[in-house]
Amino acid sequence: MRNVAYHRIERIAGSVITLRAEGVANQELAQVTSSFGTSLARVIRIDGDMVDLQVFAGARGISTDSEVRFLGEPMKVAYSDSLLGRVFNGAGKPRDNGPEVDGEKIAIGGPSVNPAKRIIPKTMVRTGIPMIDVFNTLVVSQKLPIFSIAGEPYNELLARIALQAEVDVIILGGMGLKHDDYLYLKDYLEKNGAMSRTVMFMHTASDPIVESLLVPDASLAVAEKFATDGKNVLVLLTDMTNFADAMKEIAITMEQIPSNRGYPGDLYSQLAARYEKAVDFEGSGSITILAVTTMPGDDVTHPVPDNTGYITEGQFYLRKGRIEPFGSLSRLKQQVNGKTRSDHRTIMNTMIQLYASYKETLEKQSMGFTMSNWDQKLLKYGVRFEKEMMDLSVNIPLEKALDLGWTILADCFAPEETGIPTKMINEYWPKKG
Amino acid sequence: MASIGKITGVNGNLIRVKFESAVSQNEVAYAKLQDGANTIPLKSEVIRIRGDYAELQVFEDTTGLKAGDEVEFTGELLSVELGPGLLTQVFDGLQNPLPKLAEECGFFLQRGKYLKALPRDKKWAFTPVAKAGDVVVAGDTLGTVPEGVFTHRIMVPFKALGKWTVESVVAAGEHVVEDVVAVLKNAAGEKLDVKMVQTWPVKMPIKAFEERLRPSKPLTMQQRIIDTFFPVMQGGTFCTPGPFGAGKTVLQQLMSRYADVDIVILAACGERAGEVVETLREFPELIDPRTGKSLMDRTLIICNTSSMPVAAREASVYTGVTLAEYYRQMGLNVLLLADSTSRWAQALREQSGRLEEIPGEEAFPAYLESVIAAFYERGGVVRLKDGKTGSVTICGSVSPAGGNFEEPVTQATLKVVGAFLGLSRERSDQRRFPAIHPLDSWSKYEGIIDVKKVEDARKILAGGVDVNNMMKVVGEEGTSIEDFILYLKSEYLDAVYLQQDAYHEIDAACSADRQKYVFDKVYTILKTPMTFTEKDAARSFFLKLTQATKDWNRVAFDSQEFKDLESSIFASVKGVTANA
Repeated sequence: MRNVAYHRIERIAGSVITLRAEGVANQELAQVTSSFGTSLARVIRIDGDMVDLQVFAGARGISTDSEVRFLGEPMKVAYSDSLLGRVFNGAGKPRDNGPEVDGEKIAIGGPSVNPAKRIIPKTMVRTGIPMIDVFNTLVVSQKLPIFSIAGEPYNELLARIALQAEVDVIILGGMGLKHDDYLYLKDYLEKNGAMSRTVMFMHTASDPIVESLLVPDASLAVAEKFATDGKNVLVLLTDMTNFADAMKEIAITMEQIPSNRGYPGDLYSQLAARYEKAVDFEGSGSITILAVTTMPGDDVTHPVPDNTGYITEGQFYLRKGRIEPFGSLSRLKQQVNGKTRSDHRTIMNTMIQLYASYKETLEKQSMGFTMSNWDQKLLKYGVRFEKEMMDLSVNIPLEKALDLGWTILADCFAPEETGIPTKMINEYWPKKG
Repeated sequence: MASIGKITGVNGNLIRVKFESAVSQNEVAYAKLQDGANTIPLKSEVIRIRGDYAELQVFEDTTGLKAGDEVEFTGELLSVELGPGLLTQVFDGLQNPLPKLAEECGFFLQRGKYLKALPRDKKWAFTPVAKAGDVVVAGDTLGTVPEGVFTHRIMVPFKALGKWTVESVVAAGEHVVEDVVAVLKNAAGEKLDVKMVQTWPVKMPIKAFEERLRPSKPLTMQQRIIDTFFPVMQGGTFCTPGPFGAGKTVLQQLMSRYADVDIVILAACGERAGEVVETLREFPELIDPRTGKSLMDRTLIICNTSSMPVAAREASVYTGVTLAEYYRQMGLNVLLLADSTSRWAQALREQSGRLEEIPGEEAFPAYLESVIAAFYERGGVVRLKDGKTGSVTICGSVSPAGGNFEEPVTQATLKVVGAFLGLSRERSDQRRFPAIHPLDSWSKYEGIIDVKKVEDARKILAGGVDVNNMMKVVGEEGTSIEDFILYLKSEYLDAVYLQQDAYHEIDAACSADRQKYVFDKVYTILKTPMTFTEKDAARSFFLKLTQATKDWNRVAFDSQEFKDLESSIFASVKGVTANA
């Protein structure tokens, strides 16, 4: 390690500082010391002897003679089993007053997995949430966003999934979180005893913006390491729109040409580089990614959800506190829902079709049409479906949820009204009395 | 003598290099990354030269590169290896065999690791065609080797300019690709050793043919909506734009399975790795009905998924089309499926942004249109020097932002393709697959069915949409029974002909003969004047007719069941025919 300190900063803009330095490597870390303390920074551009550095703690308070010392290596995070139960910031420093973690240093943002080493996903992740397990099954190695809008209980949903999912390790990455939300997530996991298998990388809205850029990379680097050690890892990220906005901010500071609504041209590649870390390793562990993406103005064509939709394997829409059955899609569900129980697909299709009919009836009702006998049945069904299946507080295993599905159907309809094949009816339709 | 340079700037995957002796545009260079005691060469390509400085795009992550690091220019353009052994392989955008890389590097792709595309130890049974004394030019066949079901021609290197005389050709026997199989000599007395492997720069079209012809043979995909309504031809170009979730990838997978071509090249360009993996793992198990062999035997995959380096993504479509042209030179019909060209265009945009070029619309470079046009123009039918024809058909999927076709990539693509199969969110939400929009899409090619009849059928579809829109305003009560029947007929055509069940063993593929037969019958039904007293009766008749026709689609062609269902369908139609 070269131990040269530089004391002349040429330019400071946003969180980017520029100085003259020699022999500096791209992405190399540096330590910047000002009268307000010390922060890490990383090299993002080299132009002759001019070096641009992104300061993690932001450039506020940095003076033109602040000390910059290059560390000779790119950003790394420590990895060991003692990460479990701990909370870090985006730069990998503890934020829970605990000690620094000793362990193998691993580089963040590592190379892509060789596609030839991937396998076709085949295992379902049980969450205990019927809207996921029954209707849009989550699959090991899947990458799925939760499209939502501000004010929806997406963090509550993430917390529930973290608690109930059958995985070995949970990595929770927070970007631009309200401090209350961060404490909620932490308390919830602690209270329910899930903290011991959780690692948190947290960036709150009041923290420097650059650290938010590091959260997904740090989370996924650690996840990748756990996965190659044979663990099944669930990575929860919230909120990816904040991550994209942080990139936008930096890109504009760096005077990059914006492409769409101010976002940098490589938004797709940047998001994909993170989401594509989801993988099922042949003969080892796996990474499954669930990421909240808030849609500004509930607009799915906004660049962030739009690019995300092209990358991920489906999406969950969280609206009015419920996972919407329409629009939500797990592209991988076909890989697993044929092997769970023979009535899984039947219940999935029938209940959704009937729920769609219920919605039509609701429209008719609101326009003042008279309700036929069939409409009455649908109304009864719809209310029960929303209350007993869609409500996020429902927590039952898949098999129970399927049984419940049959019960609701039998309470509301005659078998032939459901359009279910006779063979299925004979096998599963609840017998009266 | 290759030039040497030193890095003076690093910005993302773009490096600026001060060079000493001459360098050429698009020349390949290696940036020497110092990693402790190791030197890792990172492949790069010159994309702009200004004064003593060249700007290079690096095909790898540039973490760790320093100002002052050495760059070695190779003097060669970005090229691919051509020779026997390409088929069934899976390459990345720079033609590195991925399974081999996995054997050497494990789970992750490693920077600076480059492997030969063709296996060096595999022996091929060479049969000479040319003999000493023959006068040959680039692209002429010197001998052949069997590659799977194909006869792979060993040709005079495409780079060889002018006329050459064959000095010697080896006798029939087993050879590896690096063996010299022929020696040529030109008028100037220069000698050329011909091996089974040759290289060709990916960004230049291979032109060793007699002339380009107009596409004239339909290329059937066994998808009714394509073959009948929006046909594609061998040597044609077409695009499938659509929003996410509209079924682009499923459609491409169906095409790669059922297209009536010899070879399929899949260029997975900046898309999900999971989708490639499905092809990778499933194709070897599937049987190609044309040859009775595994589908993989006729398939070649270029896989540069979204998380792999962006510059290599730009190269991958060119790698794909160059390999397609190579097999075309053997008189074969090749289909190149590029998924998705939007990601490729975005790679261009990223690069252009780093070069600080003046941006065009949505920050895409101003030359986007000409680059897209030049790519699609590499498709076509050619007559080779031996009189045989070969073709490259190009299908590009496009992923427009927000599903809006007005954006630059879709628009630039529409200008140069012969058919536009626009996928619609509306139809996929209604679970109408394939979700190709029957009214917005178009094709300039002639298909397997009489154009006039197809036009008529489209009129019925358009009429049905009009009636449906009207009904939304005036309600069913306010619609005349004639209009209502037109609407039901259009829905019937949609349900039984345009839609196809990709997961049904029989309905997934509908042969050309079957399409001709079924279209004729459906057309007859559409043209039959019908009378109903009430709309409900009409609706329930068409519901039953739709169900019966769908069942008809699901039984084997020309089976007894097929005939029985057909007669019962027509019996029921007879019951409602108007006595004109």
